[in-house]
Amino acid sequence: MAGYEILSTFFRSTVSMIPEKSFAPKRLLLLTAFFVFSFINIDAQDGKALFIAKCASCHIMGGTSTGPDLQGVVERWGGDEVRVKQWILNYDKLVKSGDSKAAEVANSSPNVMQIFEGQLSPADLDALVKYINEWKPAVAATTTGPTQQDDSGRGGLIFGVISLIMAIIALILMQVNSNLKKLSDDAEGILRPDPVPFYKNKVYIALFSILLFIVGGYYTASALIDFGRQKDYQPEQPIYYSHKVHAGTNQISCLYCHGAAMESKHAAIPSVNVCMNCHKTITSYSETSPKIYKDDGTEVNGTREIEKLYSYAGFDPKNPLAWDPAKAKPIPWTKIHNLPDHVYFNHSQHIKAGNVQCQTCHGEITNMDEVYQFSELSMGWCVNCHRDTKVDFYKIDTSGRAKGNKFYSIYEKFHNDIKSGRMDSVTVKDIGGLECQKCHY
Amino acid sequence: MSNKYWQSFGELKGSEELAKKIENEFQEELPFEESNEKGWLDASAPRRDFLKYLGFSTAAAAIAAGCKTPVRKAVPFANKPADIVPGVSKYYATTYVQDGDILPILAKVRDGRPIKIEGNDECTYTGGKTSARAQASVLDLYDTNRLTHPKRKVGAKFEEVPTFEQLDKMIAAALTGATNPVLLTSTLTSPSTKEIIAKYPGLKHVQYDADSFSGMLMANEAAFGKRAIPSYNFANAKVIVSLGADFLGTWLNPVEFARQYVQRRKLDDKGSEMSRHLQFESFMSMTGANADERFTHRPSESGPVALALYAAIAGNAATHPLNDKVKAGIAKAATELNANKGAAVVVSGSNDVNVQAIVNAINSAIGAYGPVIDWSTTLNYRQGVDADISQLIADMNSGSVGALMVYGANPVYDYYDADKFKAAMAKVKVKISFNEYLDETTQECNYVIPSHHFLESWGDAEPKSGYISFIQPTIHPLFKTRAFQTSLLKWSGNNTDYETYFKNYWETKLGSRDGFETALQKGVLDSKIGSTPVPATPAKTDSLATTGAVTQTTTTQTRPGSTGGYNGGSVEAAAAGISGTRKGGKAELVLYQKVSIGTGKQGTNPWLQELPDPITKACWDNYVMMSMPMAKEIVGVDLIGGSERHINKYEYFPEKPVVTVTVAGKKTVELPVLIIPGMDPNTIAIAVGYGRTDKVGIAAGNVGANVYHLSSSNGSSRDYYSPDVTIASAGRKYRVAQSQVHSSYENRTEVVKETSLASFVKDRKQFKRFREELAADFAPKTGDFRKEATIYPDHSQPGLKWGMSIDMNSCTACGACVVACHAENNVPVVGKSEVARYHDMHWLRIDRYFVTNENNPDDVKAVVFQPMLCQHCDNAPCENVCPVAATNHNSEGINQMAYNRCIGTRYCANNCPYKVRRFNWADYTGADSFPNNRDQKLVGKLDPIIEQMNDDLTRMVLNPDVTVRSRGVMEKCSFCIQRLQEAKLDAKKANTTLADGKATTACMQACPTDAIVFGNVKDKDSRIVKTRAENDERLFYVIEQVHTLPNVNYLAKIRNTSEIIETEHHDEKKVEAKPAAAH
Repeated sequence: MAGYEILSTFFRSTVSMIPEKSFAPKRLLLLTAFFVFSFINIDAQDGKALFIAKCASCHIMGGTSTGPDLQGVVERWGGDEVRVKQWILNYDKLVKSGDSKAAEVANSSPNVMQIFEGQLSPADLDALVKYINEWKPAVAATTTGPTQQDDSGRGGLIFGVISLIMAIIALILMQVNSNLKKLSDDAEGILRPDPVPFYKNKVYIALFSILLFIVGGYYTASALIDFGRQKDYQPEQPIYYSHKVHAGTNQISCLYCHGAAMESKHAAIPSVNVCMNCHKTITSYSETSPKIYKDDGTEVNGTREIEKLYSYAGFDPKNPLAWDPAKAKPIPWTKIHNLPDHVYFNHSQHIKAGNVQCQTCHGEITNMDEVYQFSELSMGWCVNCHRDTKVDFYKIDTSGRAKGNKFYSIYEKFHNDIKSGRMDSVTVKDIGGLECQKCHY
Repeated sequence: MSNKYWQSFGELKGSEELAKKIENEFQEELPFEESNEKGWLDASAPRRDFLKYLGFSTAAAAIAAGCKTPVRKAVPFANKPADIVPGVSKYYATTYVQDGDILPILAKVRDGRPIKIEGNDECTYTGGKTSARAQASVLDLYDTNRLTHPKRKVGAKFEEVPTFEQLDKMIAAALTGATNPVLLTSTLTSPSTKEIIAKYPGLKHVQYDADSFSGMLMANEAAFGKRAIPSYNFANAKVIVSLGADFLGTWLNPVEFARQYVQRRKLDDKGSEMSRHLQFESFMSMTGANADERFTHRPSESGPVALALYAAIAGNAATHPLNDKVKAGIAKAATELNANKGAAVVVSGSNDVNVQAIVNAINSAIGAYGPVIDWSTTLNYRQGVDADISQLIADMNSGSVGALMVYGANPVYDYYDADKFKAAMAKVKVKISFNEYLDETTQECNYVIPSHHFLESWGDAEPKSGYISFIQPTIHPLFKTRAFQTSLLKWSGNNTDYETYFKNYWETKLGSRDGFETALQKGVLDSKIGSTPVPATPAKTDSLATTGAVTQTTTTQTRPGSTGGYNGGSVEAAAAGISGTRKGGKAELVLYQKVSIGTGKQGTNPWLQELPDPITKACWDNYVMMSMPMAKEIVGVDLIGGSERHINKYEYFPEKPVVTVTVAGKKTVELPVLIIPGMDPNTIAIAVGYGRTDKVGIAAGNVGANVYHLSSSNGSSRDYYSPDVTIASAGRKYRVAQSQVHSSYENRTEVVKETSLASFVKDRKQFKRFREELAADFAPKTGDFRKEATIYPDHSQPGLKWGMSIDMNSCTACGACVVACHAENNVPVVGKSEVARYHDMHWLRIDRYFVTNENNPDDVKAVVFQPMLCQHCDNAPCENVCPVAATNHNSEGINQMAYNRCIGTRYCANNCPYKVRRFNWADYTGADSFPNNRDQKLVGKLDPIIEQMNDDLTRMVLNPDVTVRSRGVMEKCSFCIQRLQEAKLDAKKANTTLADGKATTACMQACPTDAIVFGNVKDKDSRIVKTRAENDERLFYVIEQVHTLPNVNYLAKIRNTSEIIETEHHDEKKVEAKPAAAH
């Protein structure tokens, strides 16, 4: 078992050291096709993105969450889009204006809706309502995640097996050769000393020792390098929180909970009050939803996990109005991604400035029930990505339109090189992304 | 005769010992056990043992590292406050308050804890600048020696009181029937607090300052009818004459004054005018070191000097005999002051009311009131009057004081007759102390109520009349502490706490909650709206003010009220008072404040204790500053005529001779001697603020000796000098940790460049010529060394390139940058014994050079201060000797240091011509701080202070963005790369270019005089590019002839004197002909 462990990690590390030029974009494409995260630039016309950014924390399409189901909401309001829009912007105003439907909706739930006045333009509202109107339950997507099989690894194995077979054949042939020689010598009557059996042959022993030293040393060194690295680390958490259910099935934006990733070095784990935004009303795991299983096959009782949350929050679902958020206790999650203290890593640098998708480093989170460490988080892994990743370089295209991050407008040399065709794009490496004190200070 | 620039007496002599020192920069071997003569096999750790240990430790490490990875928790908030994002720093406007010292600041709060102090840019008079003490104050918050809960005295011991309710009950019971309660504080400027005090029934408020400005307050009262200090604007003064006032270091608000002062000291290529600064003083002070010309006199002569100056200007006052040099100086000063009427000022550091009266008369005569001294705004930094505390002692002795409450003041430590105060205090029944520490006075009290650190407090301060600065908490109180105002409110029957009171007070004053919140957010409020009127003259008349005839009142009225209405009635009396001044004895003593420690209140701060004094470069001690002739006589150290061996014995060993100083025949103190050039030959100087009780902490406790008791009273005010002291050698030695004597430039010239203004104007190209000659020698075609003269490829800098310019004309050596660097970069405190072993860790140091005549080192012409940090050379000698490439160059011009790569060969430090690399000899921030590990056998014993710095509480001050280094690693200035990265990231996130001024280093941010300018040299509009372009004639690189191509340039120091110094034509051949002493 242990031997297998070392072997497999060895292959993984060799693979990850190879620039993943052809591999990475394909994987990204798959991921983005599977699930669109649209927090980078919210286009005013993109209703879905707006929905995810503004509404999805309380509403889901085709089901009741903190807020009511929005499927067919316009019909329920008698097809009056204008009033629905007024409601979205400021429901309170609409209620106070004496609108009976509005009063009815407002009284239907103890929860109050956020005021979006000033946050949504008329065009945004149009797009949003259009999205809600046109929404249809999705056909269950077939998950075709990236295969973790790596061809190069298999190739190496085949090559190794062939080498081993060849070596054995060579050994047998040599043995056969010496036996034949002995026979012929006997026949000719030449007296020779008895041949040393191959396991006593000093040349063989020396060769074998050297080989053992090299191979053993290689594997030992590789294994030692992996010490302290925790790829695939999947600790048990105080609550069986399924990212698959939240980010996958319910399509909650990563940033709804991990919003700090846009402004801070930490992505930050959400506080209990963020969980309770939705779980004040979602008190049980729906019977109709797909069942959740642990790796060992045992079924997870989603409702019981939600109850665990309530015990931290001090919330009684039978008496929701008595809840005092100030009495909530924090949940002691187990940290999965641990970087050494001498590494400076900043989420916002990658997410906001670098436009990197969460999944690039964290893997297909939407498909993970309990999260495990997807990437190696080794320096080689960081550096390989820095070598290849292109920055959002500032360019002025032929029509005179500026594109890219204005910060890079000062890189005169690169602008000239791009103009003259010596360079086609600027990578993180070009702007100093491989230098020691970009991450170690 | 040429000038000589030197750092130590040994260097002055060019001694062999120095050569040896230079040869071996790291005098110790690495801490491996030495092999004895019997060979390795018989050494105490022979080869086999070595292999055994090696095998065992490898196996153990492998098992330990491989088998179990620690499980770490990530605990989020239960309810995240809306405006807090983990990992993002917030800046809150608040105010540094240490007694009367007040600076508006911003506290950088990261994940709920303040970690750094920056200046508040909104403040008009400090311009967002700070002092060393303000920078260090954040460490005080996390001091393990702070009082953690209320206490009361039972018998001789203090006992904890569990709750404030119980304490309040006890005190209420004690206070009933206590007549005439007195509140004794240091200077208090908070308007709301003053209101609370005024409302407390029957409470008498006495203010007392350890560094009294009583003389000045009383003289101003006599001359202007206001017991106050006017504001000064040194920017409007072309001639500044300071009579012993350390206005750049410790006098009133040095940050503001230094900022004004340098406005006329910066000299660009077009300029040929600077202000003149003449200093008359008794010892080498920091301000004196910055002066254009200095004249020394005995401290008892400060009156006669002022009088002589007045006589020379007004022409009708009696004078006293003074030595010829001082006389000549006075004549010079008088001429210049007279020639610049309306643009000249005289300031005096004397606490003698008569001297200050004369100074007022001089200022009036030269028209300083109005343009330079402004009475329309008064300074509130010091308000204590010496007569008040004398009266308090008398009242306590007579038994009329029923209760004494003490806040801020610490007379048991810093009063000149502390025993008398203590004895009087013993007669008071109820004694209550509000304090952060169990200081000397607090120990004498019955009840102790721990007060907040200012970073935990609400409050306000009014440092200048009409200029309010607000205090808001940046962290929840760490301990069971309470604002002292809350106690006063409670005991006076008002049940609101101070927070509510303060908010209501300002909401009423500012009209609305919004107005208050805006003001709080800004931190400062410059308007007369909140001003408390300058206290009217008390009914009690002062005898000095009533006598004397009117002499003259020549005032140039500029602004109504700004001149204050001078009434020179008291001048003659003052002059008479001075004539009665005692004659000095053989030797005299002057007490001074160090820029780092001040009066000693912040002495518990290890950063400040480890900040070297600008002049002596000593830290962790006070000592006797002694002139060279006196040292020869008393301790037998002859630094002029002595042999090399003799000089080296004094200079290169931390053991300094100890003397016994006796004042008035009975008050004695034993302290080591540091010999300093440029002192008055018959005067010794000792810093106050040392010798605290160890109850306030190990940083201050038992460090140095308390010398406050050597000061005395002249009847009306306190004198910080003694005219008659006897000094005798104590016959023993004492280790003093000095920080500058160990690094050397190996006789390379061109480290500092300095000349007089006259010489500079005469030959403006004198500094530039050297650079041109170098260019002509090495790069005749292009003039660019990078292109022609080096085999190394030039670093490509496609985007930004950082550069720094340091103006030596502006640097006053205040040390704010050094402490700021400490705080920003987690630079460890190493303690006195490590500094004495030259293991100090400062990334940024301020080198001090004396400029003297070659033959007379006591005749100091100037002192040059040079902040020295990693020069980030583009052709760095350190980079190409590192065997593991731990130090290398980046694409922004920064010489990087990868700590985890460093294996500690120290080749880089040996090869660094600037001696700015620092080696971690011990694990200062880790296991070596534990008591049982502190004896490092081969390195030496470490001080207990290191353990305090590594307490979990103290470590809260660490900057989480900067790695804490461990043993065996080299470190050095990184140009505050974490700040630069943050600024770049902010720009990227905002999709803009990096604006100039967004990326700052900590030293630049702290510098009160803008001596340090930093920025992107590729940005043509940046300040750094402009500064370099506008100061091309003064610009130089340190030892440019070694072609390190530094990214830090300096601007030569120009003294405003008329002396013509022959410009030495720098000849590269000559430099080479004088090879380095070593190698």
